[in-house]
Amino acid sequence: MARTIQSLERAAAVLRVLAGGERRLGLSDIAASMELPKATAHGLLRTLQQEGFVEQDGATGKYQLGAELLRLGTSYLDVHELRSRALVWADDLARSSGESVYLGVLHKRGVLIVHHVFRPDNSRQVLEVGVMQPLHSTALGKVLAAYDPVAHNEAVDGERQRFTERTVTALDGFEEVLDLTRARGWAADVEETWEGLASIAAPIRDRRRMPVGAVGVTGAVERLCEEVPVGGPAGGAGPAAAPGPGSSGGGAGGEAELRPLLVAAVRDCARAVSRDLGAARF
Amino acid sequence: MSDTDNQSTGASSHGEGPFIAAIDQGTTSSRCIVFDKDGRIVSVDQKEHEQIFPKPGWVEHDASEIWTNVQEVVIGALDKAGITKADVKALGITNQRETTLLWDKATGEPVHNALVWQDTRTDALCRELGRNVGQDRFRRETGLPLASYFAGPKIRWLLDNVDGLRERADRGELLFGTMDSWVIWNLTGGPDGGRHVTDVTNASRTMLMNLRTMAWDEKICESMGVPMSVLPEIRSSAEVYGEATGALAGVPVASALGDQQAALFGQTCYSEGEAKSTYGTGTFLLLNTGHEAVNSYNGLLTTVGYQIGDERPVYALEGAIAVTGSLVQWMRDQMGLINSAAEIETLASSVDDNGGAYFVPAFSGLFAPYWRDDARGVIAGLTRYVTKAHLARAVLEATAWQTREIVDAMAKDSGVELTALKVDGGMTSNNLLMQTMSDFLDAPVVRPMVAETTCLGAAYAAGLAVGFWSDTDELRANWKRAAEWTPSMDAADRDREYKNWLKAVQRTMGWIEEEN
Repeated sequence: MARTIQSLERAAAVLRVLAGGERRLGLSDIAASMELPKATAHGLLRTLQQEGFVEQDGATGKYQLGAELLRLGTSYLDVHELRSRALVWADDLARSSGESVYLGVLHKRGVLIVHHVFRPDNSRQVLEVGVMQPLHSTALGKVLAAYDPVAHNEAVDGERQRFTERTVTALDGFEEVLDLTRARGWAADVEETWEGLASIAAPIRDRRRMPVGAVGVTGAVERLCEEVPVGGPAGGAGPAAAPGPGSSGGGAGGEAELRPLLVAAVRDCARAVSRDLGAARF
Repeated sequence: MSDTDNQSTGASSHGEGPFIAAIDQGTTSSRCIVFDKDGRIVSVDQKEHEQIFPKPGWVEHDASEIWTNVQEVVIGALDKAGITKADVKALGITNQRETTLLWDKATGEPVHNALVWQDTRTDALCRELGRNVGQDRFRRETGLPLASYFAGPKIRWLLDNVDGLRERADRGELLFGTMDSWVIWNLTGGPDGGRHVTDVTNASRTMLMNLRTMAWDEKICESMGVPMSVLPEIRSSAEVYGEATGALAGVPVASALGDQQAALFGQTCYSEGEAKSTYGTGTFLLLNTGHEAVNSYNGLLTTVGYQIGDERPVYALEGAIAVTGSLVQWMRDQMGLINSAAEIETLASSVDDNGGAYFVPAFSGLFAPYWRDDARGVIAGLTRYVTKAHLARAVLEATAWQTREIVDAMAKDSGVELTALKVDGGMTSNNLLMQTMSDFLDAPVVRPMVAETTCLGAAYAAGLAVGFWSDTDELRANWKRAAEWTPSMDAADRDREYKNWLKAVQRTMGWIEEEN
């Protein structure tokens, strides 16, 4: 057990006291109920006030809970809200890419699929809403691990299972993949989770630019990639705009070149959903 | 929706024109959407108009404001798409149905605000018109019961209650139209040669058109007290009515469909037995019954689905559910149990079943298949065990059961068993609801990739009229399945739950006792 920080514990106690019955309390009430010197209690209150967690009544000098706490409590994004905001954009992505679209959020130690749009070829497909995908090997998971510190911890601490010979399991290799993801703003999975399948994903952010999910396309590697990886590194054949080979250490050979138009379509979709959630343009 | 400069980022990925533009003159707003040949949205513009409530139960729109908005959204949508009128092959129109307007033929000025379909001021008049026969007096000819929604009695009310209108109508100075007619007349020149037409689907909502002849029924017009001189010419849903003037000069105005019929068309329900259900504040389910107008003995409406040019008209059975999405809004706004409509799913998903609770939202009576205005809402089966999560579940189940009741009524009337239900509208983003619906119907529920099926239907009809699309088979190929829910409920469970639901429905009836 790591050691705890006393002042944070005390700050939490102040908030609990203020959340209790009375709601508005004077400095001496708070200090008394916490058995602390007034000066210490005052220091805590002043800091909490600066952060917006506590407000002081101008007339009486009494303290109460601040608006920031309320904002924290309600800023949690409901996944069903996310789906309803993403619906039109995900449909549009499926139509323009010709591939199936998935929207995922971090849930426990993996990616929970909260929305799925069929590949638009009217073939028989099964709705995969509610299915879990791994964090370390899928494009959705890599995006979440790259941008969301909680997801990152889960992916780093958890077991990184080898699904195919291309799965990146070593920690340093995995961190390199995340660095690349952050640098270019999107992630890929070329046969790292499922043989024959590739996917591309980009982050969805809320109005505070917090990563709340990821959206991406998944399809046959032959359709998503410029050329099928045949073992050797893809070489410098791709256009300059395309991402360089992943050289991520764990897989056999380099990452195949994902089609730039598909990457652009996925990123456009992620931006559009983010904009609908109130995020500033990025 | 209004300020997100919605589809502008998508525009770059769309092919070159030409395009079809569709105007959706709806109850709360007017919109224009530009579509490409694949039926994909290129751009959207939208403007809301004022809802005018002069008295309880009365709802009006300012038709001049609506016409101004329509012109603005058309220009707005073209601008956002970065195209000119030369790129637009045709303009289609879909509209809020039954909303009734009279205007001056010479000046183009409305003589009164439009009476909106929700307006109930003709309740008493409808009862009076039923005489000793009752609300089915004109049902055989028109497919409709005497109810306050429909346009005919609204015309009569205006002529009876607004000073001088009856005389002006008799002198031939006035024109009547539902919103399709108003928009087309203005688009094609207004007082200066505007075409005074309506389409078969809109005409079928006036209670003045004979469904078999597709012509105004002289006898009914007489009984209703509506002079035939004010009525527009009835045309098909997909043909060139005329060319636009003004900003769109020269563009053919080539389709008109009531909004629900447009959604049927946009969902490509072109074969007998195909049905769509649109989930908004209320829900409208339409079943294509082919070239036969099926009489309903189970509380459904018989209506025209569409007519393409000279082809034979296609009929539909229609079932309306008054309260679906609005029940979720009620849980949010009146009960405060959720913060957003989408959260109903989160709350409902936190339990496995309804805990024994059933919610029948007969807020303003029961619609199809019961038509009981003495009914009021009921939550049945309450025990100490029931939580707000169970109620959230009951709310979603209410929409699914009401759909099931309409589907059952349609099967009885038409003899056609539904093979799959095509859904659209805002509530289709609710995964739990869609799965529940499939479970209760014991049939697949399918969502198409374009959510804007109403505008798409108007665009399709206009495109067919000018040869932009060759036939309905080509349109079918544009329809793409975005998601499908398949039933996974034990039959015995379904039967038991349905029985409980029907029992709860019985509890709502007779709550309001006859007054006056």
